[in-house]
Amino acid sequence: MQSNAALEYDYSVAKLFTYATILFGFLGMLIGTLIAAQMAFPELNYLLGEYGTFSRLRPVHTNTVVFGFTISGVFATFYYVGQRVLKVSMAESKFLMFIGKLHFWVYFVGALAATISLLLGYSQSKEYAQYEWPIDIAIVVIWVLWGLSVFGLIGIRREKALYISMWYYIATFLGIAMLYIFNNMSVPTYFASGGLGNIMHSVSMYSGTNDALVQWWYGHNAVAFGFTVPIVAMIYYFLPKESGQAVYSYKLSLLSFWGLMFIYLWAGSHHLLWSTVPDWMQTMGSVFSVVLILPSWGSAINMLLTMKGEWNQLTENPLIKFMVLASTFYMLSTLEGPIQAIKSVNAIAHFTDWIPGHVHDGVLGWVVFMIMAALFHMAPRMFKREIYSKKLLEAQFWLQTTAVVLYFTSMWIAGITQGMMWRAVDEYGNLMYSFIDTVTVLHPYYAIRALSGVLYLTGFLMFAYNMIKTMTSARELTEEPQFRSPMA
Amino acid sequence: MFHWLEKRPFFFSVGVFLVIAFAGLIEILPNFAEASRPVVGLKPYTVLELAGKEVYKKDACIACHSQLIRPFKAETDRYGQYSLSGEYAYDRPFLWGSKRTGPDLHRIGNYRTTDWHENHMWEPTDVVPGSIMPAYKHQFTNLADLETAYAEAVTVKNVFATPYGDEFQATKAAWDAHKPKVLAEAAKIAADMKNKDVKEAVAAGNVPEVVALIAYMNRLK
Repeated sequence: MQSNAALEYDYSVAKLFTYATILFGFLGMLIGTLIAAQMAFPELNYLLGEYGTFSRLRPVHTNTVVFGFTISGVFATFYYVGQRVLKVSMAESKFLMFIGKLHFWVYFVGALAATISLLLGYSQSKEYAQYEWPIDIAIVVIWVLWGLSVFGLIGIRREKALYISMWYYIATFLGIAMLYIFNNMSVPTYFASGGLGNIMHSVSMYSGTNDALVQWWYGHNAVAFGFTVPIVAMIYYFLPKESGQAVYSYKLSLLSFWGLMFIYLWAGSHHLLWSTVPDWMQTMGSVFSVVLILPSWGSAINMLLTMKGEWNQLTENPLIKFMVLASTFYMLSTLEGPIQAIKSVNAIAHFTDWIPGHVHDGVLGWVVFMIMAALFHMAPRMFKREIYSKKLLEAQFWLQTTAVVLYFTSMWIAGITQGMMWRAVDEYGNLMYSFIDTVTVLHPYYAIRALSGVLYLTGFLMFAYNMIKTMTSARELTEEPQFRSPMA
Repeated sequence: MFHWLEKRPFFFSVGVFLVIAFAGLIEILPNFAEASRPVVGLKPYTVLELAGKEVYKKDACIACHSQLIRPFKAETDRYGQYSLSGEYAYDRPFLWGSKRTGPDLHRIGNYRTTDWHENHMWEPTDVVPGSIMPAYKHQFTNLADLETAYAEAVTVKNVFATPYGDEFQATKAAWDAHKPKVLAEAAKIAADMKNKDVKEAVAAGNVPEVVALIAYMNRLK
């Protein structure tokens, strides 16, 4: 059955995940701003009784922004990009439509249950892998449903060659599946003890140093396959689409993709420098972290060169601005990471605020900017309306850029100050500072960071408002825009 | 080759999986058995200490405290002997942490007392002026989950051969028989505390979270 009519893509699942991205983004950043403020003003710990302390809320923040906001954004863009680059509509398969919707609803209900479980204190206490075993099983189900969607769409595709973005989505699926399952291997104590105690409780299959290795093999690469790989998938689709420019170099994209896949997984042990894991593993982590600059910068440079000869678009189109700044922050963050992975630098940087500083210039500058730009590009095509306000978009851009700069500069200073004070000795070789001295000195930087959180959150609210207005009341479009997204 | 792969999703996926999987195998497996061995004389956690470790996990102390002393003079001066791999052999999960908003706790049992912890968990700034740690008053009323801690001990004994005694069995009767020992250990800690409600609760056979947490803190040496 050959038809020349343009395909009608079905965005119902992409829309659902778009709503979830906005919701979880707001909640995650709200909690993030609150816990940032708690470090400057500890009285804020007592707003919600035992459920409101920094320690109880911090995993809620990280999990909501990682598995709520970012992963929703990954799913939303996949259900949009997947159909388009494979030249097949979700509407063509009742089965895939059903799986897609089931995927969303299991995910949404699972995310709420997971958040409540963290607030109640059910936690494995492994970073970014806090969820106890029943939630882990739900996450595996959600991931399998997504896998069915990915490979189902691929199975009925018309375009035989997989576009670069699809490589990255497939890698995201495989990478997270492998890492998540192995890191969360645990024995539920209720079943192993003949029904004693709490059914939610479990004990890790690995102990001590081994557990640390598995955890940071996971922790570092959850960043790789949650914050890097799928975001690169997005920029490879949305930047060329929005700018009307072809990707600069196919060979560079090949090199960056396979390079990233091969190298990233080795670098996890840089989280364990100077710890009790064997020295050769630490060195491997260090060395591969530095090599990792190559494929990371490969993708970023490929994207920047895609804009070659069209830099005027940077001044005319705020979405290009978001994406170009995102790849620039990606370059900054992927240079900063390897610097911190050098053993002598790590001796100062580890355990300090420089680390959250590094994470946040990556996520706030790269991940969130890219996801917001992607959703803004998708909105006129999904809702058939132009973007509600260009002015708001411009204002949001500058507000959030300022916020990111405030965040990482204050945390750089805080981290290095603390690292230096911990090791400072007087003329007799005695430690110069008691621990509390190194805490109180950070107050101004924590206050600046809290301010940066407020600014960034405000920017995100502007994004949410602009999106909701675009969905509901912006001017309707008669035909789909080809490249640049129309905005009022 | 790459053009060929891009048209064949199955082989493409297999290729990606192989490329990402083997780094983990090479870095994690070779040392696995050696890293599981305890240092000589290491005792498994008592049930009360395990319950305290659960409180540590529940209130996510790991968000601000590390349990890993690195081999630098500045760290050994401040916290004591640097950490050894075998000391963590019974830690499931490991609790090294990644951020020191507060100090390292790996050997806190060497230089802080039950009394100090009681005051500190009630109101940190009373003990350490300028501290930004929140008070954990709810630990003085919430009860520690001793039965789950016992279930954990039995599980690691049966599944991972952690050396707990023969009385650790997967039955309710075995737990009932062991419970008085746990309460006796809790009573010793409560004797060094001054909070009346805590003392009364322990005397009545209920162990508040803070008692278990202090047992765990005192054990970290």
